[in-house]
Formats: sequence, C-alpha cells, structure tokens
Amino acid sequence: MERLMECHELSFAYEGVTVVSALDFAINQGDYLFVMGENGAGKTTLINGLLRLIEPWTGGVFMAQGFSRSDIGYLPQQTAAQKDFPAGALEIVLSGFLPTCGLRPFYNREEKKMAASALRRLGVHDLRNRCFRELSGGQQRRVLLARALCAARRMLILDEPTAGLDPMAAEGLYALLRELNDGGMAVVMVSHDLHGAARHASHILHLGGAEPFYGSLEEFRATETGGRLFLRVAGRGREEGDAIG
Amino acid sequence: MVELFLLLSKSPSHAIELLSEGGSYTIKLLSEMFAYVFLVRALAVGLLVSLCAALLGVSLVLKRYSMIGDGLSHVAFFALALATALHAAPLPVAVPVVVLAACLLLRLSERSKIKGDAAIALISTGALAVGVIIISKSTGMNTDVCNYLFGSILAMRVSDVILSVILSVMVLVLFVLFYNKIFAITFDEGFARASGVNTNGYNLLIAMLTALTIVLGMRMMGALLITGLIIFPALSSMRVCKRFGRVVVCSAVVSVLCFFLGVVASYVFSIPTGACVVAVNIVAFLVFSFAGVLKESLEL
Repeated sequence: MERLMECHELSFAYEGVTVVSALDFAINQGDYLFVMGENGAGKTTLINGLLRLIEPWTGGVFMAQGFSRSDIGYLPQQTAAQKDFPAGALEIVLSGFLPTCGLRPFYNREEKKMAASALRRLGVHDLRNRCFRELSGGQQRRVLLARALCAARRMLILDEPTAGLDPMAAEGLYALLRELNDGGMAVVMVSHDLHGAARHASHILHLGGAEPFYGSLEEFRATETGGRLFLRVAGRGREEGDAIG
Repeated sequence: MVELFLLLSKSPSHAIELLSEGGSYTIKLLSEMFAYVFLVRALAVGLLVSLCAALLGVSLVLKRYSMIGDGLSHVAFFALALATALHAAPLPVAVPVVVLAACLLLRLSERSKIKGDAAIALISTGALAVGVIIISKSTGMNTDVCNYLFGSILAMRVSDVILSVILSVMVLVLFVLFYNKIFAITFDEGFARASGVNTNGYNLLIAMLTALTIVLGMRMMGALLITGLIIFPALSSMRVCKRFGRVVVCSAVVSVLCFFLGVVASYVFSIPTGACVVAVNIVAFLVFSFAGVLKESLEL
C-alpha cells in the first residue's frame, strides 16, 4: 500500500489552548480512517490541519512524494452564507475541478461530463439546474458530496457526510464510499454516526480522552473506551431490534 | 422607461406618439446635459465606477463583507481630509491609504479578537473622527466637508476618467478570466483554499479593487453614500436571479442603469447626485423584490 500522508507529533492550538495533541498516524492508499471523538475534541480542527488550512502548533503533516493537496476531495461542514447563495447545483459540483483547472479560466467538456456523472451517482442529477438554496438540507449535502467526488483523485476527506441525510440516503452514501474505497480511494471521515461509519472503517482515530487512539477497528474495540462505545451502540441496536421483533 | 415599454407592447400607435413627444424631450434634455463637459466626465467616471462596484459588490455581499465598503469609505474621507490639509492632490494620498485600510480590514475580519463587523465599525468611526479633527484644524468646516460627505458632481477630473477606465478594465478582466475561482471562493472559501486556490490573494485583490472603486466614486457619490453603489445592485438582482453568473451580469446592468437615471434625475430636479443615485437604487430594489415575490408565487 502506497503511503499518502503522515502526521508526526501533530498538535493544534487556538490562542495557546491545545485542541489536538501529539498525534502520530499515517494514511495509505485504500485506507478508510474513521475519526471519532466527542464534540470539541478537535475533529474538524484536525481535518482543517490535514488540508493545511491551519498551521499545526507542533509537528507536521507530511505528504508523500507525488501526492498533493489537489488530490484530495473535501466535504466541509455547511456554512451559514451558503444557505441563501444564488448558485445552480451543477456549477457548484463543477467547482470541484478547480485544482485541475490551474490557470485555465473555464471548465472543459470532459469535466462537465464527469460532474454530471457525479450528480447521477448521488441520485441528484435531476436537480442539476435547480438553485442550491431551494434544495433540502439532504439534497444540498449530496450536491456538495458530488463536488468532493469531482475533486477527489486519491483521497476523500469528509466532515459529517451523513448530517441531514435520511437513513436510506446515508446507507447509499456508505455503499458509495465502500465502492470508492475498494477502488483504492483513501477515505477519511468524521462522523457522529458511530455504527454506520465504523462498519467499513479499516482504522480508527479516537480524539479526546487522556490518550488519543490510533489503530485498526479490532484494536480499538479491545480498548476500554472502544469496547464501551461499541458495546453501547450494539446494545442499542439490539434493543431496537427487540422492540421491532 | 418601464411604463413606456409596457405601453409600447399594448397599444403601439398611441405609444409611438407619446414616444416621439417624450423622445424629443429626452433628446433635448440629454443634449443639454452633454453640453457640460464636467457632466460628461462625471457620467463617464460614474458609469465605470458603478459597473465595478456592482461586480465587486456581488462577492462582498455574498461573503457578508458589505460593511467593508462602508468602513473603507470612511477611511477615504479621512484620506481626503488629510490631502486637503497637506494641500496635496486627493488621489495620490487617498489611494494608498484606503488600499492599506482594505488589507487591514480584511485581516481584521478574518482573525482577531474583535469580530468582523465590530472591527469595521471601530475603524470607520475612528477614521471619520480623525478626518473631522484634521479638517476643523486646517481649512475649517466648510462646503468641502459637505462635498466629501454627500458628494459633488463637479469633483471629477480627466485623471479620474483615465483611472476609472483602468480600474474597470482590471475588474472586468478579473471577472471574465477568474469567474470560476471567484465563484468558488465566494461560495465556499474553505473548499477553494483546500483545492489550492490562493484565496488570500483573491480576497486581497478584491479588497484592493474595492478600495480603488470607493476612492474614485466617493467624491461624486459622497463618503456616506458610496456603499449604496456596492450593495444595492447585488441585493436587487439576488431577489430575482438564482445563478451566480446571472446575479453578476444583472447587478452590472442594474447598477449602470440606476446610475444613469440617477444623474439625469439629479440634473432635472437639482438634487445632489449621490443621494439621487442611491434613491433610484432603492426604487430598483423594491421593484426587484416585488418581481421576486411574483416570480416565486408564479413558480409555485
């Protein structure tokens, strides 16, 4: 497996207060990394750091040779300004090709075709000419995901991808991610949907608590925190099952 | 104008009669106006500046940076006061000061303990206060001050015309060649930055062009009114248009039309130009808001 990114002694701080401390981990081609942690544990901060949107406090994010920021597709959390932004869904998806555009001022036919197929993949192709602000929360999320797909050549970084999606759509999303991951795409995901997101994860990064944890899903389940978290989810799942049964 | 077109579509013969009457009046009025060289100069600068203001305004309004225009115009007032006190030409003093302020405001709204709008309010009132002090200690509070605050159509010189041509070429080139990047930065700055777009560079460029637009436009429009030129066209077109590109084009057209009508109205009714242009923009905003509501109810 080819190494794409390595983080050594990585810490982030806001105004002198450490948010994420001393992380050591690597992302390889084909990895599926699930970043978990409580609110305020620094998940989004870490993602911004991986994307080099913020400078680390200590340590660093090292990209392997031949891998760059423009190989990454990124799904951010939604900003308030986007809620009333006048834009067509297709033009938003097309902006995923910005990194490959360079100085070329317009998108080419190939890119337009790929944008349309990304929309089709997420089941929102009919909405391509609709105005973004008129779409529902879940539809907006899928349009932004389509944009991330267009940008992602070797790695997808997703911040709460299933927020606002109904269970069916979330399932579809996980299946799509699985398919992409099987094709060699590295996936890094922050999510509160522990059960859904951890199912396909190859690695877990747990932030917060005394010691951050990085390792495989099995290793995490064997730890005290991991065992407790997964037991709780599994338990809840069983109760729901019983109630239905 | 609008009524005329409506009439033209309903009863052509009657409308043509009216049109020829109104037309001859309009032609007489315009030829009378264009006989004044200062008015032609003011119109040239004003039309170009309102075009630039509208284009830049779309990005500023959507990024919630509208107040930057307001802050910059107050800083420009300070710069003009300084230039008057130093007996210097206004542009060489105002351009660097306001461009510098634009960089500072951008930095402040991005990361500082005092958040965006408060920081801008701080700078704009501060600059206004210092400007007033400078004026009262040098030339005294006279009609110059009034002209700076509310604008004067007599202020435009040939150098302003040249500078506004250069500015509008720059803004147009920016919007044509980098349209996609400006769209991406305006819609989702984080994503654009993660894609390797130099967002800070573009933001700085937009802020600097805005600064230039304000310096050029404010002596005609007035420090207190120039922001209207930046935010109104964008807000009006956003009522009706649902694509970024259409909003940009529509704002440019609305802005230029409103400016022209505003100048004509200010000539006819002898009202200060700046106030007149903003008033026409308000009417356009109301019309567009109504059209937007109508359009939505028709679609539903």
